[in-house]
Amino acid sequence: METRQQRKAAAQGAGPGDARSSASLLEGTDRETLLNYYYQMVLIRYFEEKAGEMYTRARIGGYCHLNLGEEATVVGFCAGLEPDDYVYTNYREHGYAICRGISPAVVMAELFGKKTGCSLGRGGSMHLFDIKRRFMGGYGIVGGQLPLAVGAAFALAYRGAREIVACQMGDGTTNGGPFHESLNLAKLYRLPVVFLIVNNQYGMGTRVDQGSAVPDLYRKACAYDMRSERVDGTDVLAVLEAVRTAARIAREEREPSLIEAVSYRFRGHSVVDPDRYRPEEEVRRWRERDPILLYAARLKEAGLMDDAKRQELEARAQQEVEEAVRFAEESEFPSVDELYDFVYAGEGGR
Amino acid sequence: MAEMTYRQALHDTLREELLRDENVFLIGEEIGRFEGSYKITAGLLQEFGPKRVVDTPICENGFVGLAIGAAMLGLRPIVEIMTINFIALAMDEIVNHAAKIYYMFGGQCPVPLVIRTPGGGGQQLSATHSQNLEVWFAHVPGLKVVAPSTPADARGLLRTAVRDDNPVLFLENLALYNTRGEVPEGDYTIPFGKAQVMKEGRDLTIISYSRMAVVALDVARRLEQERQLSIEVVDVRSLRPLDHETIVNSVKKTNRAIIFEEDWRSYGVGAELVATIQEEAFDYLDAPIQRVAGAEVPLPYSKPLEQAALPSARQLVEAVDRLAIRKRRIVYA
Ligand SMILES: Cc1ncc(C[n+]2csc(CCOP(=O)(O)OP(=O)(O)O)c2C)c(N)n1
Ligand SMILES: [Mg+2]
Repeated sequence: METRQQRKAAAQGAGPGDARSSASLLEGTDRETLLNYYYQMVLIRYFEEKAGEMYTRARIGGYCHLNLGEEATVVGFCAGLEPDDYVYTNYREHGYAICRGISPAVVMAELFGKKTGCSLGRGGSMHLFDIKRRFMGGYGIVGGQLPLAVGAAFALAYRGAREIVACQMGDGTTNGGPFHESLNLAKLYRLPVVFLIVNNQYGMGTRVDQGSAVPDLYRKACAYDMRSERVDGTDVLAVLEAVRTAARIAREEREPSLIEAVSYRFRGHSVVDPDRYRPEEEVRRWRERDPILLYAARLKEAGLMDDAKRQELEARAQQEVEEAVRFAEESEFPSVDELYDFVYAGEGGR
Repeated sequence: MAEMTYRQALHDTLREELLRDENVFLIGEEIGRFEGSYKITAGLLQEFGPKRVVDTPICENGFVGLAIGAAMLGLRPIVEIMTINFIALAMDEIVNHAAKIYYMFGGQCPVPLVIRTPGGGGQQLSATHSQNLEVWFAHVPGLKVVAPSTPADARGLLRTAVRDDNPVLFLENLALYNTRGEVPEGDYTIPFGKAQVMKEGRDLTIISYSRMAVVALDVARRLEQERQLSIEVVDVRSLRPLDHETIVNSVKKTNRAIIFEEDWRSYGVGAELVATIQEEAFDYLDAPIQRVAGAEVPLPYSKPLEQAALPSARQLVEAVDRLAIRKRRIVYA
């Protein structure tokens, strides 16, 4: 049975262009906060461009997946939560880590494999973590984070805590068992969790409709009678509003939700992907819907951000990224004497 | 001391740990209303309620992952996997997540988790329901693996497992649930990484664990009576961490060893034990180490076939004979 929201969204043919309006939020939020969203979006943009560059300069190894093009989804998602909520994500998580308060310097240091990194150089790009900020991990196995997030929500419900868990994933993740098992468990036990699908329309080279029998991904929630909706993932305020609503419902009513944010990744799956499977025309069309440009135009139109302010914010973000690189460069690698640290908890870690 | 079954020892320990620590909860398929497929959790839902004894749907990866996530936030879940065969569906959460989270995130978040599950053949449950998959887990740094053979060890090791801050695979055996033994009372724990010399001896060492350790002890006692052979039996108990010292010292004393294991021979627990012994006691060996293990087939259903595939007391005696022949050759050479 579809929920009311799902029927409504389906009837409206909700899609990237016509998702819920975020106009009221623009009016009801103070200027500083709105400008901070802009700041975070450009910070992620610069950070990811720099990460790509550092990868090609062999400062970063392994896989490296960027949030370029998804900045509105990342910022809206994080802003819709409270600071003490718990966040689980997949491996495309640099932006989420930064928005949850891990400094770009410490994230960059992790990408460089330095001991000052947020996972002490043990995790790398796909496995950022910060217990103090309740950033409970990027996870490199597709779908792996979902059952964990459900378990964290289980622990919160067990203790009668006020916090909730938010769990991000990609579109391709909705085709696997962990997605379905996790939604079922979350609804069955009525756990305070918000699932976010970042529908960037591809899982590696597989387009959504080539991998999912139901390409309207938010509709998959109906199998579990879970509330769900689709939002325009290029509209930071729309994502924010959807996440904030879902978070409130999770907190107050112990109802999980599924949100699908539709966006696009501007580059390949990871830094080394030559990206040959997407039609040029499609890429060009989506690049025109650059979430940062869209938001800048809205702020300008509302008289909240003139060109000088915009330049000031962008310069500050750029500087923060430069400093992050400097910090990462200057930091030391972990000592090989510590190779066996952290295999086991207690026992001196070994 | 009180005499009880292995099942009762497990049940009582679970109950005591639930009473002791509010953060401990049980989770798994059919453990509450159905009282457990093997009735280890009988009565616990009634006593502790659905918050502490959580019935799950049939989704091993989902509920094992849930338990890991709950452990990340400081709860101490004890998961029951109905039988070890079904753990295949949860391998991702166990191997890629439970075993990695503490290390990969730089020691920020321990995963205090116990996964209890019975394995073993001999019940005519055939290929998909009779396996011994312990090496899958014993191979993985970040996990701990224990496999008690007696009611006393079941109690002592389960207590330690629940109080350990790491993911622990606690391997039971279907054929042991009704076995009886003396169990110490009080807050009795057994440290991990300590093998148990079940019987002392001089002529040779049989190294085993779980159900096969019980068979080995039986065989050793019989051969002592019938043939005046002095056989030492070492129950490894803890596969990871492994007690090198006790194993190696025993072989240094007896100079001969047989590994008796229910899992498949190739790449099995025995392979690791043999390697350990030759690395640390090569010069003490008077004969090649024997391995008596499961036949390398999917376990068949039909009784005679099943029995032929399982390692047996008879095969163990044959291995003892092979070593004895060897001894004579050396003596008369
Ligand atoms: C279980 C598993 N299978 C395959 C992979 C390899 N892989 C990494 S990312 C990816 C695509 C995932 O797509 P999606 O969920 O849409 O996330 P996106 O990368 O678009 O953010 C695949 C197949 C993996 N990491 N884990
Ligand atoms: Mg995708």
